[in-house]
This record gives sequence, structure tokens and C-alpha cells, in this order.
Amino acid sequence: MINNLIVSSSPHIHKQASISRIMWTVVISLIPAGIAGVIIFGLDALWVTLVAVVAAVLTELIFGIWAKKKITVLDGSAVITGILLAFNLPSGVPLWLPIVGAVFSIAIGKQVFGGLGQNIFNPALVGRVFLMASWPKYMTTFTQPLRAGAGYDAITSATPLAMLKEGKLLEHISYLDLFLGKHGGCIGEVCILALLIGAALLLIKGYISWHIPVTYIFTTAVLAYIFGAAQLFHGDWLFHILSGGLILGAFFMATDYVATPLTAKGQLIFGIGCGLLTAVIRIWGGYPEGVSYAILMMNAATPFIDRYTKCRIYGSK
Amino acid sequence: MVRLAENKHYSENKLTQSLPLPLKVYLPLIQHLGKICNPEVKVGDTVSLGQKIASITAHVYAPIHASISGKVVAIQDWPHPVLGRAKAVVIEGDGQDNVAEFHLLDQQEIDKLTAQDLRKIVLDAGIVGMGGASFPTHIKLNPIKPLDTLIINGAECEPYLTADARLMVEKTPQISAAVALIARCLGVKDIYIAIEKNKPEAIKAFSGAPGIKVKVLPSDYPQGAEKQLIQNILGKEVPRGKLPFDIGVLVQNVATVYAIYEAVYKGKPLIERIVTVTGSCLQNPKNLLVRIGTPIKNLIEFCGPLKEPPAKIIIGGPMMGIAQYTDEVPIIKSSSGLLLMNKNEAKVGDEDPCIRCAACVRGCPVGLLPCQINLASERLLWNLTREYGAGDCIECGICNYVCPSNRRLLQTIKRAKLEVIK
Repeated sequence: MINNLIVSSSPHIHKQASISRIMWTVVISLIPAGIAGVIIFGLDALWVTLVAVVAAVLTELIFGIWAKKKITVLDGSAVITGILLAFNLPSGVPLWLPIVGAVFSIAIGKQVFGGLGQNIFNPALVGRVFLMASWPKYMTTFTQPLRAGAGYDAITSATPLAMLKEGKLLEHISYLDLFLGKHGGCIGEVCILALLIGAALLLIKGYISWHIPVTYIFTTAVLAYIFGAAQLFHGDWLFHILSGGLILGAFFMATDYVATPLTAKGQLIFGIGCGLLTAVIRIWGGYPEGVSYAILMMNAATPFIDRYTKCRIYGSK
Repeated sequence: MVRLAENKHYSENKLTQSLPLPLKVYLPLIQHLGKICNPEVKVGDTVSLGQKIASITAHVYAPIHASISGKVVAIQDWPHPVLGRAKAVVIEGDGQDNVAEFHLLDQQEIDKLTAQDLRKIVLDAGIVGMGGASFPTHIKLNPIKPLDTLIINGAECEPYLTADARLMVEKTPQISAAVALIARCLGVKDIYIAIEKNKPEAIKAFSGAPGIKVKVLPSDYPQGAEKQLIQNILGKEVPRGKLPFDIGVLVQNVATVYAIYEAVYKGKPLIERIVTVTGSCLQNPKNLLVRIGTPIKNLIEFCGPLKEPPAKIIIGGPMMGIAQYTDEVPIIKSSSGLLLMNKNEAKVGDEDPCIRCAACVRGCPVGLLPCQINLASERLLWNLTREYGAGDCIECGICNYVCPSNRRLLQTIKRAKLEVIK
């Protein structure tokens, strides 16, 4: 007689998958962009990132203890929020700024909604927008990149998008410089090459799909081409793809599972919406960059999109 | 559709072997979808092999037959592999296999059988869908509309299971004969046999069969689910709320077809079936020809010794099979496999919150949003689960299998389904 048999509902086998496996892979995929940020902006970039990660993780831990929930700090999701927040900051900010931002991201952006899986907005972007509204000066003062010998924080510079907005000449920035990140900007957004390496890892692993990034970038580029210059169809679309936070946003923030649509159809709409809003803000809005706001606004639209983009059920018309 | 670790190597090359006669069989009075039968024997009666022992006057049912000869020693509640417990007739064997008298048809008579005759033979033999659904076969053979396509389901997409594969290889002419008979009686034009790519022997066996088109399918799960099979072979769907015969299609599992052969050509009711006994716990996994009603402990003992004690025993496959609470439970007509899992294999991770990764959405072969039904079901919002189409779930288990948060998706969707169908 065999005893103590486990009885549970089918299925009885499970794929080797877990939240922490996904989240830590995302962390790994962000490392190239982090390394590039440190090379371009110096060790300040590293400190800002580390401080943001530690603050995010501690906030998550405190909320976990407070709410008497299973402690999930090690699942890596708070680490991602910390990294993404830091990647959206200039490297020269005082170190209390990433702390405030990370606490806000986790506490207000995630935990008050119920923690992992419940947030309606991307937590890192909630933190970033909060900092932007509260300390705009720090948030828009960018370090001049790659000034070996001169000290990284000696000279500040504007981002290419800000220069474009102010009507300054851009001839001295080549596409290659933009691609490699040799220009002013936030820590994790400047080096397109590094971001694409990380994005490739996530795509190969199947942790993100092409739907949102491709439609997002394509829509932004098309609108920038049509409306981006004084004359129609003369906009510099490649410049718009390579500068600002578009690549970071499209691959790493607009693909955040929790606050994006479930179905492929919904994700296509989400990507197009993000692209539309980003282009509108960049071209006609008051800010030089619109990625954060575009994604947050589309996050808000996600439940609505989900409702109207269900899959077709087998056998139905 | 997903690609699963097949684990068929344990038993795929093992010739079917007969399990020695059990001393006792426990024959549940319900082994089919439909009404539970009434016993037609009483304690103390002597029964012969194949004698009808339980039946009922109803439309949806299948009679039960004695699977060994001997004496009825009890009619009592007993563990049931699907229902937990059910009333069963217990027969103590005499080891003789005394066969009940029956009239054996010759080939001429078989050639003259009408659809009506075939249905009667199938009903009298107590044949049900042996792939797991256990729907009485005589009803499927009585379509309201004319049929044009017959699909023989030999996909066997569940991991571990090899019973159908063995049957196709070992009983090819018999299956072909029964297929031809069914097709003739029902006036079917197109006949397909669907076999997954991972069964080259079976594919080869049928590639010469006259009148049967072999359809080789990728080894993806759930390839063998009736509606998915129709879609993959014919490129058309069964409309929601309808049955395959509404679009002129009949799907029969290979084991069911073989049972029809035995009933027609041998006059033999459904008293035995092939069961794959498998898993890493067993020293000698096998494909066994087992009398219906044999307790699973007999099968385990025969395939032993155990390398390690099983932590979970499943009747059926690992995706849709049912976990058992005792090894006293008998094999019934729909039991295609017996899978023993060790502690490690049976371990399921803790449930984490849904992160809306949509792996379940991409995996669902029906096009549902399993994660949304799960959340609605947990909150007992049955109307919402209906809106999400919970009633269309085929219970394949893919959503649950792929979920990185180990959410009990299928369990909660099954619960919702009960409420939605009510």
C-alpha cells in the first residue's frame, strides 16, 4: 500500500520558469547599457545607479515586512525598478535624488497598488516623473560625456533633443556619436549599441516580443519624418530614433508586463500610441523629450485596450 | 501549442504485454459520461467473462461487463479514478476465463452490417471514447447530419503515454478493418489517421493502408484535442457550442476503433485495454493489456520493483490526467496511462502574483485570456468568467504549465467552467 500520495489538479508538469528567472535576466540585459553609462559619464553614473537600486530594494523590503507579505525582494523586480530609474537620471545629480526617486517609485508607484503585478504604471517612470516635477533643474543638467582628463563633471551640456528644441545647430553630432552615446543625456539611455545588445537577449529568450518596441519606434520615426522639420517629409527620423530615451523606453519600459496589454493586437495598439504621444511631445510639446509621459499615458489606457483586444475564441466569428 | 518534454522513451519500444489475471476486479458502475448503471447481478452470483453485469434504460450510458469470470463478492463504494468514489461490482476470479456465449459474425455478415447494427454492437459492447473523455461511442456513431470525414486520432500528444502508439503498430490490420467498417456504415468519404511525428513506426504502419490518409502532425501539445485536430487537419473550426458532427466530422481515438474491431469481429465487449505504466520511479515501465477493474497496485507491482516510492500517481497523462489518492483504485475504460512521479517531479512551486506576462495568453489553443479568467474566478465573479469565455476551455493545461508564477490557472478555470455551464 502506497501512502501519502499528493493529490492536486492537473497539469502535473510545469515549465522551468519563474518570476525571478525573468527579472534577473532583465537585470542582466540592462548591464551593457549600465557599463556604457559609466564609461561615458564616469563613476558618478555607477554611484547613482547603485544608490537607486539599494533604495528601491530596501523600500520593497520594508513594505514587505510591514504588509506581512512573503518577502519577494530577491525576485529582482525592485532591482529593475532601481536600475531603470537611475538610467533615466543625469549622472551628475546629488545622491539623495535617486534615493527619493527610488523610494517614490516603489512606495507610490508599486506598493500602494498592491505590490508586484498590481501597479498600473511603470514604477520607475512614476519615480522619474515625480523627480522631474519636483527638481527640474537637477533633472535637466547633463554632464558632458567622455572628457578624459578634464573630469567628468566639469562641464555641463544639453541633450541633442534639447538642442533641437532650442533650434541650435546639430551638425557637430554624427549618427555614430548618437549610436555610441557620445552626447549628453541620462545614464542608461545614451548608448544605443549597448541597449540593443540587452534587448536582443530579451527577444531571444522570448521574455519580450517585438510588438511594442517595433511599433513604438516605427511610429515615432514616421511622424518625425513627416512633421519633424519646417517642411513636411523632411524630418530627421534617424536622429529621433537614436537620441533621447526612445530605445531604452521602447525595449525596457514600454514592455513592462504588468502595465501593458496582454494580447499581440493590444500590444500593437500600445506601441503605436506610445509612438504617437512621444512624437507629439517632441515635435509640438513643451518638453524636448516625451518617452516617459507617452508610456505612462499608454499604461493608463492599458485596461481599456485589453477590453477591446481580446483574442478570437476558437469557433467564434 | 507548446512543445513538451515527451518522456516516451520509458515505454515506447516495449511490446504490449498481458498483465496476469487479477484475483479481484472492481468494476465501477459508471465509467462513462452519462447515467450511472444499475447492477444486474447480485452478491453470490457466478459470472462469466464478458457477461453484462450493469446497465440502465437511458440515452447516454454504456453497459459494464465482467472482465474476469468468477463470483460477485460485493457491490460497494470503492475508489474511482475520476469521481473519487463510486459504487462498484467486485468480482473474485476463478482463474478460468469462462467466456459468456455469444454469436460470432462471419465476414459476410460483417459486410452486410448497417449503421444501425454497428451502433447496437457498439452499445452492447459498452464502448466509450478511450482517449480519456469516455463519451459513449454509440452516440457518436449516430450523427444527426450526414458525415463526410472520419478522423482517427492517433496523435497521443500527452507526454509519457505510448499505449496508442503501440496499438497502432501491433494492431494495424485490425484498426484498418474497423476504420473501413465505420466509414462504410456511416457513408464517410474522407478518412484520415492523425499521428504525431514522434511515432515513425506507427506512421510507417499506416502509410500503406488503403483508403486511409496518414496525416503526420508536429509533436506539439495539445495536437490530439478533438477540436484542435479538426482545425489542423481540415483547416476548419467547429463553431462555438457545436459538435464536430455539425460540420460533418467524426473523430475516434485509435483505442476506441480497436475496441470496435474486437466487438464486431470477436464478439468481445470492452473488458480490457492497453495501459502505459511509466515514470522514473519504476524499474520496468511497460505497455500492459489490462482487464478493466484491475487495481493499479497490480500494475505497479508487475512493472516494479520501485526505484523510489512514488509521491504522485496519475491515471492518464501528466497534462490532463488525474492524481490518485490510493493504489486500490481500478483501471477503467478511459484509463490510458498510469504515471508514477517521484517527490522531485511532483513538486510544484509556490504561487506568486500574476505579472501579466501573457505566456498563458500566447499558449492557449482556444484563444482565451487564462490569467484574466483566473483572477475573476478567484474573486468568484462568475459572470465575468463567462464574458471571458471560460466555458470554451478545453482543460489542456498549457496555461498552467507555462505560468512562471505557478498560478493554479486550470484549477480555477475548471471551477469557473462549472459555474458558467450551470
